[in-house]
Amino acid sequence: MTALDVLLRRPAPARDAPAFPRIDRLGALLALVGAVALVLLPFVDFKANRILPGDPHGLAQVLPTWAALGCEAMFAAVAVAALLASNALLRLTAALAGIVIIAAALAAAADALTPLHNHIVRVAPGAGFWLLLVALGLLAADAIARLHPGPGIRVLLLALFLGIAGLSLAHGTFDRVSIMREYAVNASAFALAARQHVGLSLGSLAAAFIVALPLGIFCHRAPRLQPGILSALNLIQTIPSIALFGILMAPLGALAAHVPLAAELGIRGIGAAPAVLALFLYSLLPLVANTVAGLKRVSPATVEAAHGMGMTRWQTLLSVELILALPVILTGVRIVLVQNIGLVAVAALIGGGGFGTFIFEGIGQNAIDLVLLGAIPTVVLAFSAGVLLDALVEVLDQASP
Amino acid sequence: MIEIEGLTKQYGSTTVVDAVSMVIERNSITVIVGTSGSGKSTLLRMINRLVEPTSGRVLIAGRDTEAEPAYRLRRRIGYVIQGHGLFPHRTVAENVATVPRLLGWEPARIRDRVEQLLEALQLDPASYSGKYPHQLSGGQQQRVGVARALAAEPAVLLMDEPFGALDPIIREKAQDDLLEIQRKFGTTMLVVTHDIDEAFRLGDRVAVMSEGRVLQYDRPEVLIAHPADPLVARMTGSSERAMRLLSLTTAGEAALPGTADGSAHEGPLIPAGASLREALSELLWRGSDCGTVVDGDGKPCGHLTVAAILARGRPR
Repeated sequence: MTALDVLLRRPAPARDAPAFPRIDRLGALLALVGAVALVLLPFVDFKANRILPGDPHGLAQVLPTWAALGCEAMFAAVAVAALLASNALLRLTAALAGIVIIAAALAAAADALTPLHNHIVRVAPGAGFWLLLVALGLLAADAIARLHPGPGIRVLLLALFLGIAGLSLAHGTFDRVSIMREYAVNASAFALAARQHVGLSLGSLAAAFIVALPLGIFCHRAPRLQPGILSALNLIQTIPSIALFGILMAPLGALAAHVPLAAELGIRGIGAAPAVLALFLYSLLPLVANTVAGLKRVSPATVEAAHGMGMTRWQTLLSVELILALPVILTGVRIVLVQNIGLVAVAALIGGGGFGTFIFEGIGQNAIDLVLLGAIPTVVLAFSAGVLLDALVEVLDQASP
Repeated sequence: MIEIEGLTKQYGSTTVVDAVSMVIERNSITVIVGTSGSGKSTLLRMINRLVEPTSGRVLIAGRDTEAEPAYRLRRRIGYVIQGHGLFPHRTVAENVATVPRLLGWEPARIRDRVEQLLEALQLDPASYSGKYPHQLSGGQQQRVGVARALAAEPAVLLMDEPFGALDPIIREKAQDDLLEIQRKFGTTMLVVTHDIDEAFRLGDRVAVMSEGRVLQYDRPEVLIAHPADPLVARMTGSSERAMRLLSLTTAGEAALPGTADGSAHEGPLIPAGASLREALSELLWRGSDCGTVVDGDGKPCGHLTVAAILARGRPR
């Protein structure tokens, strides 16, 4: 087995029939992690109310013996697949089955531990649950990488995942799990936060794109000014997000105080205005740099041919240069969108809204379930945006090789 | 006809093209040959105004090229560059259709024209129309580049090192094809190259450029027999000039009537399209004094003797 094979986790070329099946290294690590999580760490934490420290419970303590043994047997089967199976599809099926099992076990544990009509106790996923979820998630991600699915299949898998998760949440399967308890209390605030989060991420991206595209084209046309512009944008990137939010509060506050129109438009030192402005500034560098890189990728012979054929400057820019640069420009959009979805969570600190509101409220109240109510959707949103835009870039790259 | 009058291009204090005047005949191939940095590409690019001249003017069919916007002028002039410059995101058919589309032709007319051109360049429309440039060989890409340049039936075709990216074997075939295309469409072609053999092979007239000036502009046999400048003599190669002269004439053109001694066949068969250089080589190889020239169908159409060939290798 060569070093490259190890890196890419390709099976070594078969020489002789193996005496016994080869053990997969990543599978061995993940199986070990899973076993530790299952045996030594609590599967759920039972709390008498939302802020009290939890009382750890293992799987066997919360489920009927037959169910606990059944779960453990199925996890063992998943571990065997992770250790020995070389078929990626089989590994993926095992990982997904494992995820379904721990989700079902979590829901069953919450149902079993919660007394009837009691809305005060909290049954939270324990360290064992999270570690198992991570191990299974990595197993699934590795299997998907080995399958090399096309962009369409990847989007389909994402839709399937979101669909199943959404349906089970809507069905109430997890209603007695602590995070959903927090959701039940905050349902209307959650819908607002979701709208704000998506709105802030996409809005600042759109504003930055409108500015960055012409700026990138200008940088490409004026190579002498390019280093100056790019290092100025680079400097903005080095400012920590909380510091930038703070820096923007003073001038925007002063603007609102002295220009009534600005205040009427909703521009204040805190709130959405400094959040959008900061995200806008952070978005510029990846977008401008990728626009420049994309245009640089277009062969000079192609551009000269376009001029030589009698295309006007605009025709050359729109129908040749930008089209050919599009996959690289969209890679920049992907970077910015995923980055913004994460940064919007921080913007809640200055009243920007979004899922970060729950995170900071939860930290303030020492209610970890509320923190997760903000954190989990943020991660899912960023992950989904990444998968979708990656697929789009790949489709476009195939169309214009 | 293209009339170039006192065309000059300066970048700062450097003069790249220095007051060049020349007339390019209609329906012929004119080749500008020179070393890199001689200004030949700049001269070519001033004709379709990819480079704006510092002074001087260009008339195409009597009309000043400055009389209309550059992009409109370029749609009337075919342009082929080294490394073809095909649009990688467009199919072969879309590439060829570029200028007709810019000119707003009817879709049906564009389709017919694309098909006609691909056939003329030996690219079967059915199998090549939908392909992308990266799916073609270098020679095929080059032919698509020529088809694209000819799409809107331009009266003038400019080519900048059109065969520079091809390997020698494909290059000869591509040169033959270009001569054929020129005969078929009667386009006025202006070709820039650094390869003197290519210049003699293609050019009805050849201009030798150095340091922004045209040293000599004449028919190839005149350049070989009577170089006007030491540099021209060096480029045409004094040790090879007799052989170069022979390579300009075909066996068919030089064939003597009948057969040497009245018999039906004598000596090796020489195709009428072969050059005298190739004919001489063949006779030397066979150890024969005399060969029979045959046409494309293999019918004898005259004969050639070593003496007759040698006589052609001397300046007249």
